[in-house]
Amino acid sequence: MADNIVLNIRNVDKTFGGLQALSDVNLGIEEGKIHAIIGPNGAGKSTLLNVCIGRLEPTSGTVTFDGEVITGKAPHEINQAGVVRVFQTPEIFPELSIIENVMIPAFARRDGAFRFNPFSSLRNESGIREEAEHVLRDMGLLEQRDHHAGSMSRGDKRRLELAMGLVQHPRLLLLDEPTAGMSRADTNATIDTLKRIKERGMTKVIIEHDMHVVFSLADTISVLAQGAIIAQGEPDDIRGNQKVQEAYLGGAH
Amino acid sequence: MGFFKLSRRDAMTMLIFIALVLLAPIWLRPFGAAYPDLLQKFAIFGLFAIGFNILFGLTGYLSFGHAAFLGIGSYTAVWSFKLMSMNVIPAVFFGTLVAGLFAVLIGYVSLRRTGIYFSILTLAFAQMCYNLAYSVLTPITNGETGLRVLQDDPMVIDGLFGVVQEGSPIGNFFGINMQGYPAFYFCAVMLIIGFFISLRIFRSPYGLKLAAIKSNQNRMKYTGFNTRPYLLWAFVISGMYAGMAGSLMAVTDPLAGAERMQWTASGEVVLMTILGGVGTLIGPMLGSVLIKYFENIFSAFNKGALHDVFAFMPDWLENLVVAVVHPFVGEGWHLTLGALFMVIVIFLPGGLMEGFRRLSRLRGRKPAK
Repeated sequence: MADNIVLNIRNVDKTFGGLQALSDVNLGIEEGKIHAIIGPNGAGKSTLLNVCIGRLEPTSGTVTFDGEVITGKAPHEINQAGVVRVFQTPEIFPELSIIENVMIPAFARRDGAFRFNPFSSLRNESGIREEAEHVLRDMGLLEQRDHHAGSMSRGDKRRLELAMGLVQHPRLLLLDEPTAGMSRADTNATIDTLKRIKERGMTKVIIEHDMHVVFSLADTISVLAQGAIIAQGEPDDIRGNQKVQEAYLGGAH
Repeated sequence: MGFFKLSRRDAMTMLIFIALVLLAPIWLRPFGAAYPDLLQKFAIFGLFAIGFNILFGLTGYLSFGHAAFLGIGSYTAVWSFKLMSMNVIPAVFFGTLVAGLFAVLIGYVSLRRTGIYFSILTLAFAQMCYNLAYSVLTPITNGETGLRVLQDDPMVIDGLFGVVQEGSPIGNFFGINMQGYPAFYFCAVMLIIGFFISLRIFRSPYGLKLAAIKSNQNRMKYTGFNTRPYLLWAFVISGMYAGMAGSLMAVTDPLAGAERMQWTASGEVVLMTILGGVGTLIGPMLGSVLIKYFENIFSAFNKGALHDVFAFMPDWLENLVVAVVHPFVGEGWHLTLGALFMVIVIFLPGGLMEGFRRLSRLRGRKPAK
């Protein structure tokens, strides 16, 4: 196996009661690549992402990031190590303004997990503000930066989510259906954004239903069905793979 | 803008606040509220509520036990009088500090839970303090009699400087007795400092992070923040405000009793904050002034006073009106407060501050038409 593996999932099992959500999953994500995980509903894709960010602990097996075991670590420690997740249902701070939503993750990157600075002024944080504005410009949200995040449309919230992830410049970005619920135009814009980030060398794992998105972005595709990886390879291999056709593409489309 | 790193707008707020507080003895006169005892209460409870709002308003964690810190501040201040000096500076300093230490302990345990469980834990701690003060801790708190300063207390530092107490001991600020208006102005300066600190916290990255925790704590964790120490600091800061308020109570009247720690006192500061506007800068101050004003003015009305007020009416009408109004004043002032509280929570969930915002929006719209 290549030695530029940044995220290494080894023998991961996850059961909920009697349900086997993940069975013996082995996956290595290469640095700088876009790796898509596809599979029918209930295949265990979101469970796998949740194991990677510390929301769920695997029943057995380990996840290693950059040579360090991250299973069992607190969510904030995994984030500080450089693994950032963009959620499928927008997880934002609805009471704060859009720019504040992006400044918060920028603070996390600069200040670490905890910093007590009650007497410094937000007005003096122009560096953080500029970083946030830069990312918002990329996402086309700059004009509305002072609006309440809670009042945004669902598609805009998803773009804000992405901005919140990108402003942290993570080494590994985990995207859970980044274009679900977006219009075709927004979807294409998001694909362009993600391609641009690829040029900056950020590793990405994408869970996606939309085959158009998967095949226009991914370097490698893994197919998950009933909790197990049934195929892995470059997009062209996957397209022609008989097992995948049966398990997923044939059945769902 | 030079004014202590505040924006122009915040600097204006601060200046107006200072002016209103310092000139309170003048502009509150028409309301019949311009006497030192009541003004002191406004300042002390304002400080209490402003600090409480840093926890409840910014993080959303509702503590039902903050009166414990009020009591701890009072007891510590009286002990500072007894052991060291009748000077109020060490009394306030140690009152604030010791309350902060207790807040570290209580906060560390209570913050392991959120929502109603957090509230119950804080309530349990406060009731524990209250009951201990009446029982096991009697040597420290002097039980039901209350802790007071006695003529023959050591007062080591005063002794060194040859200061002799004559008559019943009174707190002093380097020779100025802390009674009447001087006591009010001492409390007023503390209030202004407390308000300024609160303003700075609201405008700091730390304050923004607290607001984000209130909005979506889980997201904060996945954004890379260890939320526990953020919450603990907010808890300790608000506990220190409460401790300072408690020590100021002892400054204006050098005795301390356990009733200050009862759950009703913890509930009162919650009412003040909600009434004025949770999470706003000024709201908690407004709420505490309103409640203390009602308590003092309305509770002073008795039947006789009511008959005087409505004497211009025909007798049968006068008796009827007095009979209707009477349950709402005097001992029944809580009824007025309760009714007012319900009206505000139902129609203005954001408290009085939301009312003002709506008014100013209405006013702003009219000229545009």
